[in-house]
Amino acid sequence: MSEFLAMGGYAKYVWPAFGITAIVLVINLLAARRQLRQTRERLQLRLVRQSGRKVNI
Amino acid sequence: MWTWFFQLASPPHFYRMAGSLVPWLLWPALLLILIGSWGGLVLAPADYQQGEGYRIIYVHVPSSYLSMMVYVTMAVAAGIGLIWRIKLAHAVAASCAPVGATFTAAALITGMLWGKPMWGTYWQWEPRLTSELILLFLYFGYMSLRSAFNDLNQSDRASAVLALAGVVNVPIIHFSVVWWAGLHQGPSISKIDAPSIAFEMLWPLLVMILGFTLFFLGVLAMRVRGEVLEREFHARWAQDVLRGANRVEAAG
Repeated sequence: MSEFLAMGGYAKYVWPAFGITAIVLVINLLAARRQLRQTRERLQLRLVRQSGRKVNI
Repeated sequence: MWTWFFQLASPPHFYRMAGSLVPWLLWPALLLILIGSWGGLVLAPADYQQGEGYRIIYVHVPSSYLSMMVYVTMAVAAGIGLIWRIKLAHAVAASCAPVGATFTAAALITGMLWGKPMWGTYWQWEPRLTSELILLFLYFGYMSLRSAFNDLNQSDRASAVLALAGVVNVPIIHFSVVWWAGLHQGPSISKIDAPSIAFEMLWPLLVMILGFTLFFLGVLAMRVRGEVLEREFHARWAQDVLRGANRVEAAG
């Protein structure tokens, strides 16, 4: 196991490379989810404001 | 066939379909990426020249491939949007940029981590690295140009022109290792007739590339939903969706 983790002396290059890539994958998921949620919330707010104005007129 | 095509291109159908596709893209993507990582880190033999260090290929090549594939997708979608004035196409183009930018960054960083032990340097201003860095700046330029406009239509059209102009960089990246003698090694799998890589090393790479592609499509589907909703705000269906989501959230 420790031999595997040592990656033949390349551990300090191989593991960060895999780590960075994993982080990029996770960031993409979270960012896409956040973008969809925020767009929905922003548009819902706009919709509420818009219909509110119509009622006042 | 045509009815199916038009249904697909109609925003409410697309919105619904994209939503139901997301789990069917992301779960297989996760599975393939796990299998590919296991294959690449554990099952594949060490390289006779680079030892265990070559295993960076299993994250570097899929990221680099996505960085270019996403750009081409973005440029094609932007072009379709520009020529035929299809909002859905602009929505796809706008959704590609942040995803492409992050994978370009991943390609550059994993490449630097591979370059240090093999070439003795993290960075060299050689053709492949330089053109990939330009790709990152193209994504940044595209995104900042988009945010410079208040009007969504203006931002769609202006950024589409930039996306199309920048697409010349993609073949430059791809052929840079063939045209100029830099540090970067030549292609190892794109020579379809005779890939210069052993099968035990090749299959995890192909699995990773497929996994990354599905991952991109899944994330793209999520993002396009938001972009479509925004562009269709004045349509009845979009307001129904927004009200429905409102109620669900209030109940939850």
